[in-house]
Amino acid sequence: MSSSTPEAPSRSGEWPLWEVFVRGQHGLSHRHVGSLHAPDAEKAILNARDVYTRRNEGVSIWVVEAHRIAASAPDDKGPMYEPSNSKVYRHPTFFDIPDDVRAM
Amino acid sequence: MYAQMIKSTGQGVKTLDEMEPQERAFQERIDAGGKIEPKDWMPEGYRKNLIRQMGQHAHSEIVGQLPEANWITRAPTLERKAILLAKVQDEAGHGLYLYCAAETLGITRDEMTEQLLSGKAKYSSIFNYPTLTWADMGAVGWLVDGAAIMNQVPLQRTSYGPYARAMVRICKEESFHQRQGYDIMMKMAKGTAAQKRMAQDALNRFWYPSLMMFGPSDAESIHSAQSMAWKIKMNTNDELRQKFVDQTVPQAEYLGLTVPDADLTWNEEKGGYDFSQPDWAEFFDVLKGNGPCNTERLAARQKAWDDGAWVRDAMMAHAEKRAAQKVAAE
Ligand SMILES: [Fe+2]
Ligand SMILES: [Fe+2]
Repeated sequence: MSSSTPEAPSRSGEWPLWEVFVRGQHGLSHRHVGSLHAPDAEKAILNARDVYTRRNEGVSIWVVEAHRIAASAPDDKGPMYEPSNSKVYRHPTFFDIPDDVRAM
Repeated sequence: MYAQMIKSTGQGVKTLDEMEPQERAFQERIDAGGKIEPKDWMPEGYRKNLIRQMGQHAHSEIVGQLPEANWITRAPTLERKAILLAKVQDEAGHGLYLYCAAETLGITRDEMTEQLLSGKAKYSSIFNYPTLTWADMGAVGWLVDGAAIMNQVPLQRTSYGPYARAMVRICKEESFHQRQGYDIMMKMAKGTAAQKRMAQDALNRFWYPSLMMFGPSDAESIHSAQSMAWKIKMNTNDELRQKFVDQTVPQAEYLGLTVPDADLTWNEEKGGYDFSQPDWAEFFDVLKGNGPCNTERLAARQKAWDDGAWVRDAMMAHAEKRAAQKVAAE
């Protein structure tokens, strides 16, 4: 399985790119909302507040430098996910339970 | 629109049978309503076209702040000032969402900025018109944001995932923009005779430039046909313009204002208005750089970029210094 971690961008004077994750409400997971440029993590969080939460969209922000994220390769989609297609018994609907049994 | 006159490969649309297997799979995925994500294979033309279109769209959001920023310090009340400030800040946000989405295709933010400043990349013609009175803030929100919404709502279904997601965020915010504009128009149209004259004058000046936002008729254009096959353009320019006119005319009537078009008539048969085309010679001239405010707009962007250079450098230097200190302390 190959994974890709893009190289850190070479120093061209451009601020690094950060990926932004926002927790919309208490009890929910953080969700990716977009990215932005900032010189460091602290400024990235401040910028994320202005760019992605102008209307109470979140109660918590995570930022991570884009080049630190490792991702599965799109070409591996087959070997990665297809094996689970045949394992239909992992879903509750696979099993026929008579109505007489009532709630289960 | 915010992206006008985007040129594609220029080769016309290939049929599925003419495509290599990879491209065919790509096109079939789009036809089935699937999304293309940054690391997926895509034809070079699709990538290039999208970079151009999203770049132009982003630049329009950014330059589009300028005509409205012109009135922030002179808004008639503190509340109007706060509203306008929030609206202009949203437009900065829209620009940023779109720049980031474009960056996933392999162009950097700085490259896009350079293209804007050098004139290589365009922005919407509409922002080269001046905002002369407070009523223009009403007309811009009502008509310009209104026209933008017409184009952006269908783009939420565009084939490129990051672009579609940016459009979803943008559309959520746009309806506030149009409503605050119409609210200004309602106030002025129901105000004193002088205020009503200002409102009418703003409509007179912004009507045709707003119609131009959709771009010239592209029913015959091979560039449009390709963009539509790739689902990075969802409707023809004429379709969207018609929709805009049909929606806007009753809103003008409600205000008691007159759309500056003597030939405007309801066409029962087509279920829409017949209306006059804007002056397309003027449109091409504005795109070429000869509109009333082209020079001023680009000069403002150039100045912001130059004046901000030391801030960008200082913040980067500070961040690097602190990172080095942290490493040394560990
Ligand atoms: Fe916008
Ligand atoms: Fe807007």
